[in-house]
Amino acid sequence: MPYVELMGFGPNGWGFDMLAATAMTVAVAACGFLIGIGLGLVGAAAGLSRFPLLQALADGYTTVLRGVPELLVIYLFYFGTSSVITSVASAFGARGFVGAPTFLTGALAIGLVSGTYQMQVFRGAWLALSAGEIEAGRAIGMPRLLLLRRIILPQAARFALPGVGNVWQLVLKESALISVTGLVELMRQAQIGSGSTRQPFSFYLTAGALYLLVTFVSGAAFRHAERRSVRGVARVS
Amino acid sequence: MIGDSFLGSTFIALLAGVPLTLQLVVLSVTAGAVLAYGLATMRVSGKLSLDLLARAYVFVFRGTPLLVQIFAIYYGLGQFPSVRHSVLWPWLRQPYWCAILALALNTGAYASEIIRGGLLSVPAGQIEAAMACGMSRFTRYRRVILPLAIRQMLPAYSNEVIVMVKSTALASTITMMEVTGIAAKLISASYRPIEIFACAGALYLAVNFVVGRLFAAMEFALSSERRAAPSLPGPVVRS
Repeated sequence: MPYVELMGFGPNGWGFDMLAATAMTVAVAACGFLIGIGLGLVGAAAGLSRFPLLQALADGYTTVLRGVPELLVIYLFYFGTSSVITSVASAFGARGFVGAPTFLTGALAIGLVSGTYQMQVFRGAWLALSAGEIEAGRAIGMPRLLLLRRIILPQAARFALPGVGNVWQLVLKESALISVTGLVELMRQAQIGSGSTRQPFSFYLTAGALYLLVTFVSGAAFRHAERRSVRGVARVS
Repeated sequence: MIGDSFLGSTFIALLAGVPLTLQLVVLSVTAGAVLAYGLATMRVSGKLSLDLLARAYVFVFRGTPLLVQIFAIYYGLGQFPSVRHSVLWPWLRQPYWCAILALALNTGAYASEIIRGGLLSVPAGQIEAAMACGMSRFTRYRRVILPLAIRQMLPAYSNEVIVMVKSTALASTITMMEVTGIAAKLISASYRPIEIFACAGALYLAVNFVVGRLFAAMEFALSSERRAAPSLPGPVVRS
């Protein structure tokens, strides 16, 4: 089959499947990304806190999860959750292996990994805040929450934005690894397609192009957001 | 004995995968470094066509997942009869060489940006001074530009190598039995993912720790002027 027909939207085309799988990739990556932001915020707060125990926990979290392959973390989550579910199911009389929900375990796994990157980004953004401005806020009697809302968050978000954009790109690419658990996202769909048509290169080329498209569009969106975020900021050049 | 407990036997089984993991890392990082140097010189060559070519390469290989690249090379290339009948086919049909090729092409893209940054960081004054001394282009590179550029890019490069150590895990998806491949096999045989994860994770952490130390040692060796001069045993001053 010629390439255009293969990836087209006709009766034998795989166009719709590939687009649906792209949507799934974006969905699972977005969930993992949000989980990562949450973990990154908690981790950064723990790392910057005064308590040695929290600092050590944050330190251990980054050391372990940044030094171990993402694929292993995905296996751990998928098979770990599955074995818990299987044992619960067998207690209720079910037999055999019960797979964990792949979307959830995949999103959790890449969320946990990307959380370590986000943590570094947020830590850097926090440390880049000017101490003088925070003191000034305190000096005019701002309560903590107001200080956070008016002085800290707007600036920290601006400092963090470029790094957060990088993490998003990483998460998007790491989401391809979730295909090993069977979730039909872009990578898995390309595997299915190449298995049934014997045209693997066409499928992986298309998958690669779709990943490029998503990274390119979201990269443009982040650059736009970055430009907006520095409106009115004096720049030294 | 260590081998009697589940944890111990798992650890020993996984240890057998370490040589393959290390081979994949060393070969692909070496080949990738050569490729990256070529790409970086294309970027800084000042010739628009070379620059655009290198940019396009970096864009494609940094914008797509490594897993897609590995599968496109290992499963995809066989789609073309011309590849199947070429002299390279005996290598391209083996997962080992496909994994190394994909990893090298991938790290080449990332490392080219690191090397470019290193080359651009060499102060123009230093290069001018070398020219003024009458150094040839080759000597300039050997004595001035490369030592400064390499030192500048070592921290970023060590991150890239650590990422590569982790990336070799993807070779397990094309049947390579390195550490992660063995771990996946053990997990599906025993359903004890946590212990196996702990052992495999410890091995990767150990490898990455050594990589980090090696790069730190290299950086130390290349930045002699940043260290304090060795103190000579001088006269002892008493107060």
